[in-house]
Amino acid sequence: MSDREPLFSSKNIKLLTNPLNVDNPITVQVLGICSALAITVKLEPSIVMAISVIVVLSVSNVVISALRKMIPPRIRIIVQLMVIATMVILVDQVLKAFAYEVSKQLSVFVGLIITNCIIMGRLEAFAMSNRPWPAFLDGIGNSAGYGLILIIVGFLRELLGSGEILGYPIFEKIGIYNIGYENNGFMILPPMALIIIGIIIWVQRSRTKELIEEN
Amino acid sequence: MKSFSNTYIFVFSTIMVVIVAALLSTAAMVLQPLQEKNIEIQEKRNILSSIRIKSSAKDAEELYEKYITGSFVINTVGEKQEGVDAFEIEMGSQMRKTLEQRTLPVFISSLEDGRKIYIVAVHGKGLWGPIYGFVALNEDFTTIYGTNYNHDSETPGLGAEINTDWFGAQFADKKIFNKNGEFISIDLVKGGADPESLNEVDAISGGTLTSDGLEKMLYDCLGSYQTYFKNQMKNNK
Repeated sequence: MSDREPLFSSKNIKLLTNPLNVDNPITVQVLGICSALAITVKLEPSIVMAISVIVVLSVSNVVISALRKMIPPRIRIIVQLMVIATMVILVDQVLKAFAYEVSKQLSVFVGLIITNCIIMGRLEAFAMSNRPWPAFLDGIGNSAGYGLILIIVGFLRELLGSGEILGYPIFEKIGIYNIGYENNGFMILPPMALIIIGIIIWVQRSRTKELIEEN
Repeated sequence: MKSFSNTYIFVFSTIMVVIVAALLSTAAMVLQPLQEKNIEIQEKRNILSSIRIKSSAKDAEELYEKYITGSFVINTVGEKQEGVDAFEIEMGSQMRKTLEQRTLPVFISSLEDGRKIYIVAVHGKGLWGPIYGFVALNEDFTTIYGTNYNHDSETPGLGAEINTDWFGAQFADKKIFNKNGEFISIDLVKGGADPESLNEVDAISGGTLTSDGLEKMLYDCLGSYQTYFKNQMKNNK
């Protein structure tokens, strides 16, 4: 450990920032779409879901990374699943105790974090072959990249679909309904989440050089 | 890569499982009181919602104290049962028993205008899981004042519509007994209910199985209460 690198070396910072943009799990790797469509009708569940995934992925990444030399390769997927499932159940229990309303809105989707491909993907691809600290950063980065998209989509859908932000009727307050504006009911339906994600992917690809593919 | 012996794999998995089990059971035990409290508050909000009172998690207890002035438990021949708290009764397990063995909760609410409302519990099967709720009746034990339905896992946008305001509001002022005093419950009609009818409401389009389940739930549960309702109607006369 003599060649110990600084905690926030540029390589480590990349682990944190890459998934927010050029390596985003949703818009670039197109993982975790299912939950992104289902729970982004309103902003609050999107934020809670984002936080839940951040907790689950960062802790699971650290645990798996710390155990990586002890885990027998033959049962590594089962061990990974067990760690993820434990974390998800803990998060679910905590939500039920302290944020009951939101946990009801999220319903099965908290439990379904277990099957979120982003998490298994990061454990298998990164935590199994890296030290705990980089694994922690990688976990935070990837789940934050996922959460960021969730929050953007949740924000747009709640604003345009219900005219509210976090339940605050913002469009009503600024009087936009008086000039003939109406909420777009289509925004509340799942297909709109897919279309918004599509638009985000389009904007991101056209603005980021690394992502422009040559034909 | 190192190779691991079978013994190691067994020992490793066993230790993992024990640690995980200990962790989860501790968490479940520590958090259980808080979770039960939340469920109780939700139940109170559901009861309040059946008498058309909107509440939040914060003021639910206070409003419940204010509006729900009493409760008692009856059996299916309408006799009051002592020593049971109406709030503790799980309607789901009661409905699995035979008619004679069921004990049924009744909550009494006094509205601000002095009217008394009687709230009864209902529980049945939807498409994917249980559906349940409360039906509030006026003092004539015939006219519905309000309803509140909930579900665990009905399809969002289809069956899950049963706990929306528009669906619940349809039941207000409908009658569960006909003119001759026979119990007829409420029918959920596909393709639109007759607006003149006193015991029909619109079913949910795309939610046929949930609608059927809800219709059956109302028939079975309100049916279990009907002797009590009839006795009360006689007393009213």
